[in-house]
Amino acid sequence: MNQKLTRRRFIKGVIASGAAATTTGAWYSATGQDRPSGFVERLIRINVNGQTRSVDVEPQETLASTLRYKLGLTGTKLGCNRGECGACTVLVDDTPTYACSVLTHSMKNGRIETVEGLESANGDLHPVQQAFVEELSPQCGYCTPGQVMAAVGLLRANPSPTREEARAAMAGNICRCGSYDSYLDGVMRATELIG
Amino acid sequence: MAYMHIGKDFTPPDVPGKVTGRIKYAEDYTREGMVYARLLTSPIPHARVIDIDASEALAMEGVLGMLTADDVYPDGEPQSTGLKMLTNEPTLVGEPILAVAAVDEKTAETAISRISVTFERLPFVLDPLDSLQPDGADAYNGGNTFVFRQGFAVEKWTSDQVASLRAGNEPTAEPQQTVEYGDLEAAFGESSYVYEGTFTNAGYPHMSMEPRSALAYWEDGKLYLHGGSQSLTAFADGIAGVIGVPKEDLVFVNAATGGGFGQRARAGSIPVYGVPAKLSQKINRPVMMRVTREEEFTIGGARQGLTGWIKVGFKPDGVMAACDLWIVSDNGGKGGGADAYSAADCISVLYQADAVRFRGTAIGTNTAHRGAQRGPGQNQIAPIISPILDAAADELGVSRFDIRKINTPMTGDVGGPQRTPFTSAYMPETLDLAAEQFGWEERQSRRRRTNGSKVIGLGIGQGYHNAGRSGMDGIVMMGPDGRLKVHNGVGNLGTYSYASTSRAAAEVLKMPWERVDIVTGRTDLHLPITSPQDGSNSIFTNTRTFYGAAQDMLAKMKEIASGDLGGTPEDYDISNERVHQIADESVGMTFGQVAARALELGGKYTGSSDLPEELAEWTQISVSRLAGTAFMGVFHDPRHEGNPPGFTVSCIEIELDTETGKYEILDLINVADSGTIMHPKGMENQLVGGAVWGIGLSGYERHLYDPQNGMPASTGYWQSKVPTFLDTPVKIQTGWVDLPDPENPVGARGVGEPAQGSVSAALTAAISDALGGHIFGASPITADMIINHVAGTSEDSKLLAQNNFRG
Ligand code: FES
Ligand code: FES
Repeated sequence: MNQKLTRRRFIKGVIASGAAATTTGAWYSATGQDRPSGFVERLIRINVNGQTRSVDVEPQETLASTLRYKLGLTGTKLGCNRGECGACTVLVDDTPTYACSVLTHSMKNGRIETVEGLESANGDLHPVQQAFVEELSPQCGYCTPGQVMAAVGLLRANPSPTREEARAAMAGNICRCGSYDSYLDGVMRATELIG
Repeated sequence: MAYMHIGKDFTPPDVPGKVTGRIKYAEDYTREGMVYARLLTSPIPHARVIDIDASEALAMEGVLGMLTADDVYPDGEPQSTGLKMLTNEPTLVGEPILAVAAVDEKTAETAISRISVTFERLPFVLDPLDSLQPDGADAYNGGNTFVFRQGFAVEKWTSDQVASLRAGNEPTAEPQQTVEYGDLEAAFGESSYVYEGTFTNAGYPHMSMEPRSALAYWEDGKLYLHGGSQSLTAFADGIAGVIGVPKEDLVFVNAATGGGFGQRARAGSIPVYGVPAKLSQKINRPVMMRVTREEEFTIGGARQGLTGWIKVGFKPDGVMAACDLWIVSDNGGKGGGADAYSAADCISVLYQADAVRFRGTAIGTNTAHRGAQRGPGQNQIAPIISPILDAAADELGVSRFDIRKINTPMTGDVGGPQRTPFTSAYMPETLDLAAEQFGWEERQSRRRRTNGSKVIGLGIGQGYHNAGRSGMDGIVMMGPDGRLKVHNGVGNLGTYSYASTSRAAAEVLKMPWERVDIVTGRTDLHLPITSPQDGSNSIFTNTRTFYGAAQDMLAKMKEIASGDLGGTPEDYDISNERVHQIADESVGMTFGQVAARALELGGKYTGSSDLPEELAEWTQISVSRLAGTAFMGVFHDPRHEGNPPGFTVSCIEIELDTETGKYEILDLINVADSGTIMHPKGMENQLVGGAVWGIGLSGYERHLYDPQNGMPASTGYWQSKVPTFLDTPVKIQTGWVDLPDPENPVGARGVGEPAQGSVSAALTAAISDALGGHIFGASPITADMIINHVAGTSEDSKLLAQNNFRG
């Protein structure tokens, strides 16, 4: 489908012609990879989990796309690919960020952390991960990496939040399994583990 | 009973993978040479494909092939409702028409933009009552309803009949289905309080967090399919048939599933997995089909909407005498389920009415495809019936708690139109425990207390789902290392049932948990058939099978030991991973030694002979591949008697702001009767997850369609409004009565579905309470409905709209 076609124009077109391509949100128009806009450097360096990675990035490629499909960091999940669910949450300079909704090209100076970067060198889980295991916070687990990253971001900014504060801070992360209570148990347990 | 594992917390083996991101969902896999499929879906709610011109697309560099309905159904599309892999006869917007494979998604999407599909537009309808009008459009090609074994049919009412239902009256049309027991007329005659009114339950999408992406490739004549399902082997067993590949040639890889709430249980609800499979076969490359959130809205399916009329009579002492229920089900664009009947069944079970009549008619609309969603039917009726019970209680001078206790099901009772006895029923104990833990009595003084524009509401509700099946198979294996391997085909959708049920085998053999491996995640590990993981049945159903398989292994251990060491099997027992004589524990063998001996002996000890005759075909294939490789315990579960119920009771206190129509849930408790508790933390997760779903059902979730063009207007999370952290209480309390069910070897039953219904019932009752007992007769009750009610503005609820706002 013509990526520039707006839904409104599209609907009008369908009505007028009785013929159409697809109503489906396109994968690549969502990840923004096919809209070259003048010269953009393709090979860039980004800092992911403490390592500098060189990666060939399309002009309007999202960070989630780069992480998952170029760097193999599939721990970052895509639940909606449009800024609604938080499954893709990573930290950029310690701030929880929807990786589906930022462009990799804007990350050249950022310090990106994904769920794969949390364990210590000897393989110990991060206190948030450990707490989530102990409290059995995940159900299906698909939102879990995003919840972990949101919680890590929270605890860096506020190491001893109240349960209410944690609830507010995590509110950008949907869990369709409804495991919110167990995630909050996990966050509160993590504050104890961090001490 | 003192158990080693049952009732104890443990860490299921997949949890670390979930917190580290290491566990793989279907879309996380890659395969050398992998190419990408994209779907072209219908932009029109009801149409017929006249022509597909893909010449330009197929000539593009990088485009590898196309798949259409003509390819997948060479003998013509099945003339029935139900989702199809691809179709030339779309009956809802978003239905897949064709797929294109290309070297990357950009190319595939560009190719799709160059395909010209000519549709013949057909009339569409969004509301079942509109379709019942004499001149109403029919959702399907061939009618607006589908009659089992007969095919499509047209069902029409007179305009007066439709208008009369919309005006709140009992339908006078002939129903498609009538089921009843008891003397309805006499029971209403004994009633001193009778409620009568109409209601609607909105349909809404499943919105599982992981979209239904899938990867498929063929190797050595075998199809490898990576997808997400609720029910590993049951799903694989079915999808083999959908795709048309012999069961023995399918390897289904599914270590983790990102949420399943009914529509991922059975293969028929995800035929689209056949698209990458067929494309891969056609172009001889691995094909990844990534599914977007918008596509997931359509492919993922939705709950049935119900438009109903209900009449309930209560005797002076609060006993429910009669319930008469008439429901027009919205079956959506591809046929639906049996939600309406289950709603009547639920009322009969939970309130033990003397007489119940159910009448129902199911009508298609050109909206989302419908099917099982967490407590289909039981959970829609829960928020409808609960405020009615409260109104009866108030009218009859019985407390709202007592009216539920008076009508409670208990062990020895029967339930449902079939009058099926319960295997056990501890609802009275559950009601007591919930009320006590919540402080229900003490809180009564706060009821309807106001603070400015805010008012306190209290609600209590009950949930039910039948929660157990039987007739499945179990396999356990052991090698000379003495480790127990539980071959478990229960899917991994986040309930951790695959692990909890495995613990029944560990319990029988008194194995330390760290010496047990769960073999699961892909079917080429040779797993037995299980029931689909739906209907809250896994715990009951599969503890039976794995307990049985371990018992078989135990019996064989004693045979081997007595054969080698003397005596009879009855002279032997097990402890500390040894089988030994009861009289002299020093005479015995380690489990590893027994397993090694079993390998020498072969035959029945390694699954090579004397197998249970009734093993399912799927299990037979698995057993034949495992035979001779290790010591085997194998079991086919005979059928059980009766209805193992899952029950929950919830209490809620809310503070409702009459100026905004919003409310804060101050406190919520969700308490279960699900027999013996297998895994307390897993149980808590089901209760809190169900609670969140109950909040969504009562307060937020509905899908919407544009009445002019039939376009879905709620394909995203925020439009469909699933509850977030902020819509749920800061803390949810949970509890359980933990009493054993006699039809399960460890006493366990399921609970996933009722956990939603009771919370929805309690929340709706609390909203009603805060508003002075007003009965909306609807789910959801949204803020605008509350404000309209407070303002005395018409709610237009009598219009009974489906798939759009009420009114
Ligand atoms: S995937 Fe980024 S917010 Fe949903
Ligand atoms: S655990 Fe399933 S979506 Fe959160």
